[in-house]
Amino acid sequence: MKIRTIGRHGREGLRNLNRNGWMTFASVSAVTVTLLLLGVFLILAYNVQLFSQQLESQVEMNVYVKESATRADVLELERQLKSLPELASVTYVSKETGLDQLRDKLAENANLLEGLDQENPLPDKFILKAKDPQTIAAVAQKVQTLPLVDKVNYGKETVEKMFKGINIVRNAGGVFVVGLCFTALFLISNTIKVTIFARRREIEIMKLVGATNWFIRWPFLIEGLLIGVFGALVPTALISFGYQYVLSNYPGFMYFTFAPASLVYSVAAILVSIGALIGMIGSVMSISRFLRI
Amino acid sequence: MIEMHDVWKTYPNGAVALQGVSIRIDKGEFVYVVGPSGAGKSTFIKLMYREERPSKGSIFVNGFNIERLKERKIPLLRRQIGVVFQDFKLLPNKTVKENVAFALEVIEASPKKIKSRVAEVLELVGLGDKANALPNELSGGQQQRVSIARALINNPSVIIADEPTGNLDPDTSWDIMRLFEEINNRGTTIVMATHNKEIVNTLKKRVLAVEGGQIVRDQKRGVYGYEN
Repeated sequence: MKIRTIGRHGREGLRNLNRNGWMTFASVSAVTVTLLLLGVFLILAYNVQLFSQQLESQVEMNVYVKESATRADVLELERQLKSLPELASVTYVSKETGLDQLRDKLAENANLLEGLDQENPLPDKFILKAKDPQTIAAVAQKVQTLPLVDKVNYGKETVEKMFKGINIVRNAGGVFVVGLCFTALFLISNTIKVTIFARRREIEIMKLVGATNWFIRWPFLIEGLLIGVFGALVPTALISFGYQYVLSNYPGFMYFTFAPASLVYSVAAILVSIGALIGMIGSVMSISRFLRI
Repeated sequence: MIEMHDVWKTYPNGAVALQGVSIRIDKGEFVYVVGPSGAGKSTFIKLMYREERPSKGSIFVNGFNIERLKERKIPLLRRQIGVVFQDFKLLPNKTVKENVAFALEVIEASPKKIKSRVAEVLELVGLGDKANALPNELSGGQQQRVSIARALINNPSVIIADEPTGNLDPDTSWDIMRLFEEINNRGTTIVMATHNKEIVNTLKKRVLAVEGGQIVRDQKRGVYGYEN
């Protein structure tokens, strides 16, 4: 394609936007509403994801060592655990440390433990964290088979319920994002279809005098792209200011801190790209029928 | 130049438009295609610039094998063929000049070439002074001249005209026919579907009569042969 032609396509695209003023306004508004929803949702989804990651990262497993194990056995077991590729961290807690920790937890009731120093009933243990917390059940099974391991405990029931909940939220979020994208695609392609319908005579003549399909498509593609990008501007601005406002007033809840304000840059980039992409796909989709001459 | 061998055309709805048509049109010929409405004239003509595909048989136009022609090669064929319609197919919001230039723009010709070529063909069709008029400011005959200018601008070796005088009064029709004859005298092949008995019987050329999807008559310097 020649440079001159690129200029021509750009001019045509802009002229089309201008010539179909109301339709342009309608499509830009449709994109604006959809992308605003999508943007708000993305911010929510990202924070939920962050929150669930934090939850997940607290999932750990206690591996209790058999009482018969000697000091050397414990070291050997530690070496074996550390060689497992699924594990992110292995922390050794001796029975003495364990007792101290228990004492701290009980605070003023620590006197209940008096006299246990000589006859410590706690076993030595390791605290493990998996690289992917969701695989913890499988890792636990594997660790259980090691010699000298007495018992593995990771709060099976609770953890499984939590993972189930997190996964449902994640999947629902994915479906929702895809659904919103399709809605936007449908809206844009429908609007452009109306404007193309008014210009089908022009397209027909172009085909008859020997224009290639891409020569005809380009102006529509640029038109769609601009509709998408214009449609992304308002949601981007609203979400940027809105999220910063929320952060300055409510930085988080309980021990969870919301994602930092820089998140809005990513969301803005995503919204503009999705707007542009959907605009182009929408226009190419709706023009294809008219190119069959 | 244009050759058809045993060409059949059945539309998806089951209508059979052509049944075993074989013809040969040489370079520089002037051919009328006549016949009752619905006999297959339009299909016959549309096959030549690949608006329709044959269901069976082979068609060669300017060396292009129409039934094997890839979708994206169609523009190359059409740049060698000028098409003129009964309803002119002009863009109402573009001037005469722009309408004609359009056919060169889509093939990415240089602005300089477009300018000189547009002036040349507008002069040829006798509309040199109407370059900046809009189509609806012109008479029917003048509009048809614009569409002929557009068809000519790529210097096509064939002009295909589908009832070009169908919407024009008798005097204007004759003006347009004289223009076609002049174009033909310059060596351009012309294939014209028409219902105009007077023209066919007076300006004698080869006549192909299509009836029931078949060529029933092929006469050199033929006659119209139907009562209007």
